[in-house]
Amino acid sequence: MPRSSCLNWGDRLFRWTCLGFSLLILGLVAGLAGELAWNSRLAFRAFGPSFLWTQTWDPVAEHFGALPFIYGTLVTSAIALVIAIPLGLGTAIFLAELAPPRLSETVGFLVELLAAVPSVIYGLVGVFVLVPAVRQTGLTPHGVGLLTAGIILAVMIVPFITTVSREVLLTVPRSQREAALAIGATHWETVWTAILPYARSGIAGSIFLALARALGETMAVTMVVGNRPEIHASVLEPGYTMAAVLANEFTEATGDLYLHSLIGIGLVLFGITILVNGLARLMLLKLGHSR
Amino acid sequence: MAEPRPFFAPPRPSVQVPPSGEQEVALATENLSAWFGSNQAVKGISIAIPKHQATAIIGPSGCGKSTFIRCLNRMHEVIPEARAEGKVWLEGMDIYREGMDPVQIRRRIGMVFQKPNPFPTMTVYDNVAAGLRLNGLRNRAELSAAVEEGLRLAALWDEVKEKLHSPGTSLSGGQQQRLCIARALAVKPELLLMDEPCSALDPIATAKIEELIYQLKQKYTVVLVTHNMQQAARVSDFTGFLLMGELVEFGPTGKIFTNPSDSRTEAYITGRFG
Amino acid sequence: MRSRVLINRIAFGLTALCALVTVSALFFLLGYIAVHGIGALNWDFFTKLPQPVGETGGGMANAIVGTAKLLLLASAIGIPIGFFGGVYLSEFGHGRLGFAVRYAADVLNGIPSIVMGIFAYVLIVLPMKGFSTLAGGFALGMMMIPIAVRSTEEFLKLVPDSVREAAYALGVHQWKTILFVVIPAAMRGLLTGVLLDLARVAGETAPLLFTALNNRVWSHGWTEPTSSLPVMIYTYAIAPYDDWHRQAWAAALVLMLLVLAVNGGVRLILPKRRIVL
Repeated sequence: MPRSSCLNWGDRLFRWTCLGFSLLILGLVAGLAGELAWNSRLAFRAFGPSFLWTQTWDPVAEHFGALPFIYGTLVTSAIALVIAIPLGLGTAIFLAELAPPRLSETVGFLVELLAAVPSVIYGLVGVFVLVPAVRQTGLTPHGVGLLTAGIILAVMIVPFITTVSREVLLTVPRSQREAALAIGATHWETVWTAILPYARSGIAGSIFLALARALGETMAVTMVVGNRPEIHASVLEPGYTMAAVLANEFTEATGDLYLHSLIGIGLVLFGITILVNGLARLMLLKLGHSR
Repeated sequence: MAEPRPFFAPPRPSVQVPPSGEQEVALATENLSAWFGSNQAVKGISIAIPKHQATAIIGPSGCGKSTFIRCLNRMHEVIPEARAEGKVWLEGMDIYREGMDPVQIRRRIGMVFQKPNPFPTMTVYDNVAAGLRLNGLRNRAELSAAVEEGLRLAALWDEVKEKLHSPGTSLSGGQQQRLCIARALAVKPELLLMDEPCSALDPIATAKIEELIYQLKQKYTVVLVTHNMQQAARVSDFTGFLLMGELVEFGPTGKIFTNPSDSRTEAYITGRFG
Repeated sequence: MRSRVLINRIAFGLTALCALVTVSALFFLLGYIAVHGIGALNWDFFTKLPQPVGETGGGMANAIVGTAKLLLLASAIGIPIGFFGGVYLSEFGHGRLGFAVRYAADVLNGIPSIVMGIFAYVLIVLPMKGFSTLAGGFALGMMMIPIAVRSTEEFLKLVPDSVREAAYALGVHQWKTILFVVIPAAMRGLLTGVLLDLARVAGETAPLLFTALNNRVWSHGWTEPTSSLPVMIYTYAIAPYDDWHRQAWAAALVLMLLVLAVNGGVRLILPKRRIVL
């Protein structure tokens, strides 16, 4: 009953309780943003916006710049996307177009399970399997590095692309499909020319969702990325990401400026993920998905 | 204390009243209008529903008959952006009066819907008892008695007395609808509103419910919305014909179907439209 | 034409390959954990405390209890807030405020867990001048909120309006209708939502790193740092001791079994439900 002629105290109390908790949620988000901003002010006051593009991260000299971490985050996420997009989309197309329904459901479920695996377990397998494997290729003596982190991230974000894209593909109306088939297109040509373009908004949304996830991933990355605040041209070199430096150095932050610089990185991470997630929801909304 | 208004004075063209002056009135509307947002679905209907009779409301789809009936127990306003204006007199009291709690009204006027809607998590017994329980009745003996009475009134007792504790949804469609009727009757309403109660049912189930309506009107006043003219002719004592939100004609069923006064009524009855 | 048919075959062959690779990744992961974890799982693991650094043996009893305590606290915070928020969105929130709350819940969902840890740090660790289970539970609780909101709203909305109308028509007040008719009708879905929420949060490590920290002995009460399974896995994995690596695999196996049990179980009860997102 939307009309608020709630003469009844029961109705009023119940509604206010629900409203109260909802406002609490709003408050928590606002509080989070506020606390992040407030507790990083010293860093921005000391370094200004150049904090974002300064390369040095020197706790001893108290000179902090976030560039290595921003760089590392962007590069590892990019590598992850390069691997995960074809892999995830290919899987989604297989499940939506080729696989019989029961196989599609089962495999779809298995892919979802990949997303349920905790990050630290990915890191564990990364440390003991992937890092030695990368080392063994002989391309680099390190094993750890941006590439390794990117590969692990790719496996972690594939389910996001696959699950959402599969659903989006399944909701493409039959008429689109039939229109292509009717002019003599092969199945693949139907997918390529009729179905994928129709679903592109939702697929893009899934990619942004995956990206948002990759940007914030902490444990798996910090266990295989090398944790060195350096910028190299080669992705085979060790690096650092925003989330990883927070995980490693937070407890060791001596001094307010150090702490505020770290929280400043947290604020940047917060901002980027909100932006990317927001874009993702926008794209998914266009397809009528309420997610 | 509002005094009963003279129902025989026609303030608008679409007022109709039962011809016989001795006919008691259960509920009367005065210039009742209803909107969905800015879209007016019911336009100034004034009608007097006779007591202990079955009144059918007929009309083509979209004419506002469901909306109209839902205004009678203030269910219309449950929909977002919906509102109703006008007066509806029940026992000398306007149910739309400022400060009137719709919840109280709905306890006095029962409703059965187009699609049977038993509560999915409750047993047959719990379904019938739901209205009473949720209004505070706890006494086991009284509840059981009320449940049995409701089920008997709905002509369902014999069929379910062995399975009172099976889920309400395990019954057939027709049985579920009679369960909903039992549930509505268990709270002892003064009127029973039925919004196309048979449209989701097969002919045999429909026949059972029609028979039920015939018996119910001994104790209750029934208002029945139906798109099935034959049903209205079979079951009701009075019939009102609605067209595009307005009440075109109202009178004894026999007259409406054999000798309607309005040409539009005649056109509908003879199947020229609708 | 023949080349088009060929392209068709190749293209779909590639997609099948993608699917194979993806699923293989999962099986490889699970298999590797199983193989390495089984050997290290023993009674000690569940009952003993960690040995002093450098010594072999011992177990993760305190981590298991710690995880349980953290999840308990997280549920106490996250579930009520998320539940009532979800009820609001489903039953009352059809306007701008509803949009704002939904958006806020989405934002919370997308925040990296480590940032949630920062929030708990400044809110609880700093004023209390120390790490605690409380701070860790708070961080995890915050992470449970958006999932609980979305799940509650989704399952309450699945209850058809006809059920609500039936109750209103009987003259039942709205709050009773929601509490005694709508919520019971959605109960199965709501419970699966809670379980999935817990499973998701049970594996979180990052928010605990500087809130609940870690502990090599029992932690008492709620104001001491506490060990937890995920943090132990992390600590042991990056350390140089082989025995610790062994135990890390065992812990990973336990965690994985928990996650699999919940996700598989939920899938059996509600086949159409999606696990993540």
